[in-house]
Formats: sequence, structure tokens, C-alpha cells
Amino acid sequence: MSIPLKNVSDMIATPTSPPIVEVLSANKIYADGTEALAPVDLSIDKGEFLTLIGPSGCGKSTLLKLIANLIEPTDGRLQWWRGGFDQVGREGRQLAFVFQDPTLMPWARVGTNARLPLDLDGVSRAEAGPRVAAALKMVGLENFEKHYPRQLSGGMRMRVSIARALVTNPDLLLMDEPFGALDEFTRNNLDADLLNLWWQRKLTCVFVTHSIYEAVFLSTRVVVMAARPGRVYRVMEIDEPQPRGKSFRTSQRFADLCRQLSTWLADASLPGDREKQS
Amino acid sequence: MKPLIQSERFVRIVAPLAVGVALLGGWEWACDHWHVPVFLFPRPSDIWHSLIKDWPSLTRALVTTMSITFQAFLCAVVLGVAIAFVFVQSRFLEASLFPYAVLLQVTPVVAVAPLIIILVKNTQAALTICATLVALFPMISNTTIGLRSVDPGLVNLFRMNRAKRSSTLLRLRIPSALPYFFAGLRISSGLSLIGAVVAEFVAGTGGRSSGLAYEILQSGFQLDIPRMFAALLLIAFAGIALFLAMAWLSKLALGGWHESEIAVET
Ligand SMILES: Nc1ncnc2c1ncn2[C@@H]1O[C@H](COP(=O)(O)OP(=O)(O)OP(=O)(O)O)[C@@H](O)[C@H]1O
Ligand SMILES: [Mg+2]
Repeated sequence: MSIPLKNVSDMIATPTSPPIVEVLSANKIYADGTEALAPVDLSIDKGEFLTLIGPSGCGKSTLLKLIANLIEPTDGRLQWWRGGFDQVGREGRQLAFVFQDPTLMPWARVGTNARLPLDLDGVSRAEAGPRVAAALKMVGLENFEKHYPRQLSGGMRMRVSIARALVTNPDLLLMDEPFGALDEFTRNNLDADLLNLWWQRKLTCVFVTHSIYEAVFLSTRVVVMAARPGRVYRVMEIDEPQPRGKSFRTSQRFADLCRQLSTWLADASLPGDREKQS
Repeated sequence: MKPLIQSERFVRIVAPLAVGVALLGGWEWACDHWHVPVFLFPRPSDIWHSLIKDWPSLTRALVTTMSITFQAFLCAVVLGVAIAFVFVQSRFLEASLFPYAVLLQVTPVVAVAPLIIILVKNTQAALTICATLVALFPMISNTTIGLRSVDPGLVNLFRMNRAKRSSTLLRLRIPSALPYFFAGLRISSGLSLIGAVVAEFVAGTGGRSSGLAYEILQSGFQLDIPRMFAALLLIAFAGIALFLAMAWLSKLALGGWHESEIAVET
């Protein structure tokens, strides 16, 4: 079944860059019987900024964890760079994950926290030093290498977490509501920085958010999900050219896209979403 | 400048000192006023004189007690940490062994001490075993809980980076366990001293000991109450010194990052 499918998508997509991740009818039923995700088909292309949005509990985090191979699908499967998960980590196939909260080691200074993936990979201090410094500079924390996480604000901690993801030079960056806990102003700034980074580094991003504005501003494609069971409800392509600046945020087009997305989101949250939530 | 009464150092050092002086003064005055006989309840000055007079024998006893305390403490720490590491290796091992650790904990040392003293010829070793038994459990349970209290997000992060078991242990589990470990140290250090003294009491009734508890027993027999108080005083000070040493160690290790050691900023 999967072999002809693969050939078809090869012919349709640009043959030079096969999809980075393919979710092939993967679903997830947790051990307690919760059907968090009905079978999902999704293909993530190189250079995409894909955003998952949807009501709480619709399986966004579950889908992202499947993509990061943190959990296994109950049925169906996933492919990374047209292969198994062992493809990930090779040259040009690095994956990094930014969690919803900073998840820093409180006993380690900012520099050590950001260096962790390299330390675990056995990269020498001498080689890691400049890369850590570069990653911290990218998130605007070059002067905070010697601080402890507790000495930083929430937004700064989140940026350390992003620096830690960037230090491996990832090709695929997965983020689960990274700016959910931040104020609007800080969030907008970080969004702009992230977009810049994605554009300059030619990253592929999969991003989870609850914010319609954030989704429209950042994404090349928005996947709207619905709950009970979690599934893909609608997909919106946003072909607004890059680099996007402040003017996009205030444009009529932005407002229209947001309104459209908001309608879909309302529809996606409608049926049967309330009984089970307590 | 802040008024003196509000300065933290003043409150933490001078205030308890003042209370102590007032108490001692009141005690001295009350004993004088009602002519309380020395063999019933000595004055602080009597205790002080006794401390000076019996200093050589008291310090010898103190050294004995403290050496048992330290040996027991060391054994408890080493054994406790080792057992905790075994426990976190597998739930099966923990499930099968933990009840015995609890059994050890709930059996009063006074009850087992005579048995151990009979079984183990060397008094010093017997006392150390007793004190170790008292101090062991907090080290096991605290270190086990600590090694398990790892941020699940960080566990995922380590897993995603294909961390080796050894580096997860070294970089994640051990640092996460440190605050619990040091809390265990504080409890265990005090318990080692208590264990040593209690075991000595039991041994001392058989005339086979030379620590502070034995001094207290002997003073009781001879109705030398000031000397009894002096020995008591030394035990109390040893306990305080131990506690302060552990607090200092903990601050040294965790001061940079852990909430328990960071002064609240105002
Ligand atoms: N480990 C788990 N065991 C059992 N059920 C789970 C587990 N994790 C998530 N679920 C359930 O799966 C469903 C989807 O969860 P998921 O975390 O993917 O939602 P989400 O879309 O990320 O929600 P939110 O926006 O609130 O973060 C929820 O109903 C949740 O209760
Ligand atoms: Mg989520």
C-alpha cells in the first residue's frame, strides 16, 4: 500500500526535496483508552513553517510527540526523511524540540543548559563554546551565560530553551506552545525573531499554538485540529511572502486570514467537546 | 540605615543570645533565692565549674561519643546512598527490599542494642552498628525519592538527545537528588548522635562504655548532678555543631540554585 503512495507523492512534490516527516495514518490511543488522535495523514515539507492549532485536548501535543518519536503511534506509522527514526541525528537531519515550559536544569548556568545537547553528543568544550555563544547571541542572551535560570525572567528562560534547541543546528524544529506563558508584547517580539531565524537558517518548523494571530503571522501552513477524537479539521495555506514584517500584522489580509481561521476554530471546537471536559 | 531591631543578623544572633542570658540569669537567681540544693538542681555556675573541673574526662568521653557518631554517620551515608541507587535501578528490587528497610526503621534501637552488644564483641563496633541502624533510613528514603524526582521534561530531553544511561545519571539524576540528599544528611547526622548516645546508655548499664552517656549514668550513680548537666550540655552542643555543619555543607552545594538555600529577596 505504502509503496505506490510514496511514488505518487514523489511525482507531485518537487523531487529534489522529499518531505521531511510523513505521518501515515498514525493514531494514538493512550493506555487509559483515551483516543487522543484519530488516524492522521500529514506530510511536512522542507522549509515549511507548519502550525497546529485547535481546542484544548485535540491532540496537538500528541501529534508533535509522535513526530519527535517521544511516543509511538498505536496504529499507522511515521517516516523521517523517508526512513525510520534512525535517520534523525545524521548530518543535515537534526531534530530539536522546544517544550511548553523552559525545562531548564536549575543547577546549571545558562551556558551549560544551552550546551547540554552538545555535551550529550560528546562534542568537546572547545568546539561547543563558540556554538553556544552563537546560539545565545541569536536569542539575545549573550551576556547571561553565567546566570542561573532562576535569575532570569520567564521570557528569558524560554529563550534559553530555544538557544538549547538551536545549538545543534537543527533542520527540523518542533515547538509546543513555546510562548504560551508570555505576555503579548514579548510574544510578538519572539515571534518576529523566530520567523527571522527560520527564514535565515532555512529551518523546517512545526509549531503548536493557541493564538490565531501567532499562527497567521508565522506559518506557511496552518493545520486546524478538532477534538474527540483529535483529527485534522482544516488546512490553511498562507502564501504571504517572506520576510514578513510589522506591516503584515496590520494589513487587511492578516485580518481576513485571522477571521477565517477563527471561524474554523469555532467550528472545530463545537461538537461534543464539552461533555468530557471537567 | 535600618533600625537595629530590623536587621536580620541582629534578630538571628542577638535575640536568641539575649533570651539565653535572661534564662540563665533567672535560673541562677531562682536557685540562689530558694536555696535549691546542688544535688537536686544545680545552678549554671555549678555546671560551669564542673565542666572546668572534669574537662579532661568529659572531653575524652566526648571524643568517644563523637567518633562513634561520625563512623555511624559515614556508614549510614555510604550504605544509604548505595541502597538508594540499587532501589532506583529497578522497581522490583525496591518492592522486595523496601519493607525490610521500614522494618529496620520502626524497630526501636533500645530494643535491638542489647542483642547487638552481645553478638558483637567489640563495644565500639557494636555501638557504631546501633547508631548506623538509627541513621540509615532517612538516607535511603531521601536519596531514593531524590533520584526519582526528576523533571519528566528533562528526562524527555535527555532521551531525545540519546543520552547514555551514565550521563543521565551524572547530569540529571544526581543533581536532581542533591537537595533531598542534603535534607537527609541533616536528619541523619542528628540521628547518628542520638543513636550513639542511646546505644551507649544500653552498653553503659553493663559498664562497657566510656562515652558521654556513660558519664551521665555514672554521674547519676554518684549524685554528681552538675557533672551530669555538663555532659548533657556537651551532647547538646555536639548536636548543634553537627546540624550547623550540615547546613553549611548544604548551602555550599545548593546555594547557587536551590530554593531552599536562596534568601528571600525583598
Ligand atoms: N499520557 C497520557 N495518558 C492518557 N491520556 C492522555 C495523555 N496525554 C494526553 N492525553 C489525552 O489525550 C488528549 C489529547 O492530549 P494533548 O496533550 O495531545 O492535547 P493538546 O491538543 O496538546 O491540548 P492543549 O492545547 O491543552 O495542550 C487529551 O484528551 C488528553 O486528556
Ligand atoms: Mg498541549
